[in-house]
Amino acid sequence: MNVLASMRIALRALRINKLRSALTMLGIIIGVAAVITMIAVGSGAQSQIESQIKGLGTNLIILMPGSSTSGGVRMGAGSRNTLTEEDGYAIQRDVPSVQASAPTLRGTGQVVGGSGNWSTVFYGVTPEYFEARNWVVAQGKGFEAADISGSAKVALLGDTVARNLFGDTDPIGQIVRIRKVPFTVIGTLEKKGQSLMGQDQDDVILMPISTARNRVLGQGAGRLRTVGSVSIKVRDGENMAEAEAQIRDLLRQRHRIQSGQEDDFTLRNLSEVLSAREESSKIMGLLLAAVASVSLLVGGIGIMNIMLVSVTERTREIGLRMAVGARGRDILTQFLVEAITLALIGGLLGIALGVGGSLAIGRFVGWPIQLGIEPVALAVGFSAAIGIFFGFYPARKASRLLPIEALRYE
Amino acid sequence: MSTPLITTRELAKSYALGGFTVHALRGVSVDIAAGEFVAVMGPSGSGKSTFMNLLGCLDTPSSGEYLLAGDRVSGLDSDALAAIRNRRIGFVFQSFNLLPRTSALENIALPLLYCGVSGEERDRRAAARLAEVGLAERGHHHPAQLSGGQQQRVAIARALVNDPVLILADEPTGALDTLTSCEVMALLQQLNAQGMTVVLVTHEHDIAEFAKRVITFRDGRVIEDRVVEKPQDAVALAAQLREGRASDETQGGEVPA
Repeated sequence: MNVLASMRIALRALRINKLRSALTMLGIIIGVAAVITMIAVGSGAQSQIESQIKGLGTNLIILMPGSSTSGGVRMGAGSRNTLTEEDGYAIQRDVPSVQASAPTLRGTGQVVGGSGNWSTVFYGVTPEYFEARNWVVAQGKGFEAADISGSAKVALLGDTVARNLFGDTDPIGQIVRIRKVPFTVIGTLEKKGQSLMGQDQDDVILMPISTARNRVLGQGAGRLRTVGSVSIKVRDGENMAEAEAQIRDLLRQRHRIQSGQEDDFTLRNLSEVLSAREESSKIMGLLLAAVASVSLLVGGIGIMNIMLVSVTERTREIGLRMAVGARGRDILTQFLVEAITLALIGGLLGIALGVGGSLAIGRFVGWPIQLGIEPVALAVGFSAAIGIFFGFYPARKASRLLPIEALRYE
Repeated sequence: MSTPLITTRELAKSYALGGFTVHALRGVSVDIAAGEFVAVMGPSGSGKSTFMNLLGCLDTPSSGEYLLAGDRVSGLDSDALAAIRNRRIGFVFQSFNLLPRTSALENIALPLLYCGVSGEERDRRAAARLAEVGLAERGHHHPAQLSGGQQQRVAIARALVNDPVLILADEPTGALDTLTSCEVMALLQQLNAQGMTVVLVTHEHDIAEFAKRVITFRDGRVIEDRVVEKPQDAVALAAQLREGRASDETQGGEVPA
């Protein structure tokens, strides 16, 4: 007897008890839907964190000045002007495990241009900044060495700034005034989205560091060229802790800090925080999937229960089939196919419900959702396995009935 | 003389029932030739049903031998017995045993499902058998939509569908009225006339009189084995009954309320 014929017999048997079949399937439907939804939510959260780490650079170290003390009150990290542009260049030059070291000046201000104005943050950067912070120029071009040395009044706009000032029109070649200083827009930056803290990373303008210092922030030439921070990217495959130690040694030497004295700078490695977060979201996802699996298991037991009832109810049918020539294995196949059919139909409905539920959560709750083919394939495989596993015992029980006893069963 | 279709030698069956051993059959030796129409009779507990189950390969004997068309059947495994039931024996039961909510055609085709006959061929052979029992237009009716007599005819068509060498009928008229019983017996007589071997279990003497030979059981043994000199003609009897019923109805119509 072929599988297709068995399938037809199974479908007929399931149709005869529609309500019972539907209720039995419900267990599998809920289980599969729960598994798919939980995996979608879990992996959505995980991939969001992963992309944030990627956006930030997994091997990024932020170097900031240390804290200052003013009248006994400590001012917090970054309040001292101990870090200079030259420190940034020295790290690039002298620490071999560093791929890019980008000294950065930060400022805020009103930008006027195009059809409106916008308050945003701007960074004075060197070309290394793009590499260190994974910025990509979407349109136009980046800064050249001449722009840095000549304090050129050129700027790159983040996506949010470009949209707020220029809407749909092309901002390249346009003039924007940053703190009343006119700049030519030479390019736009590729969209990065929200940061881990929920900040809009695209609400930004980049300009050459010299321009920021000399023309916008108004620090005169000749003064110590201090910077707010240095973004350092460590080469792939290099040990982060080792790189940090080398940078620390170099800076202590440059700043002439005696052994025993505290650093006058701070090194931060954000990826540690992020990987801890990723770990916890992974555990959360696993927990959710485990809970969902329990409901799948309960659904499977429901199938076994109904199949046992069905075998008892249809003992005479089994007897008759045996009398007209069905072998034990034919009966086994019939009931096994019936259980698998029940589980698979439930599984497919569960997939529909799970995908729909995931999309609904993404839409109405606003959680990040990631639907992959793997959890769906997993759910189908799982429900078929449940059908086989929980269907086997009742089916074997049916196949072992003696024809004469099955026929006489009342 | 050619080999008999059925040969049993000292066939015995005993069950263990709550610490006692019940001897349902105590050594039965019978030969039934191809083309015979045999009625097996006896009171309940006489062993006739056990004998029937052994002949039908639904049960295995405790001891003794059973040869079907010269082949040793006793001692075969359950798959081999299933194959014999499928290809060489057709069953007709008292309670018809049709699958509910399944069309007459599909019920008839059921044995073919278990011997690898293709779907088209199954339909064709089922339809042919249904026509033979005179129900060609009822192919898509479910058992619940058929009368008792029609259901039993569908069951007989199912028994015939795989061209068996033997029809085993276990009280085939037990659930039917006299006229319908006659019609079913007429069908069995007709099959026998075409050369089919029929073995029938019954406890009704009237029904046994339709057969050509009657074997009577008591306490697990054969106590009588006789040839029926002049078997009843079921077709004639049915016609007679129909006439009688029709005249009853006409008379009933004439009586004023």
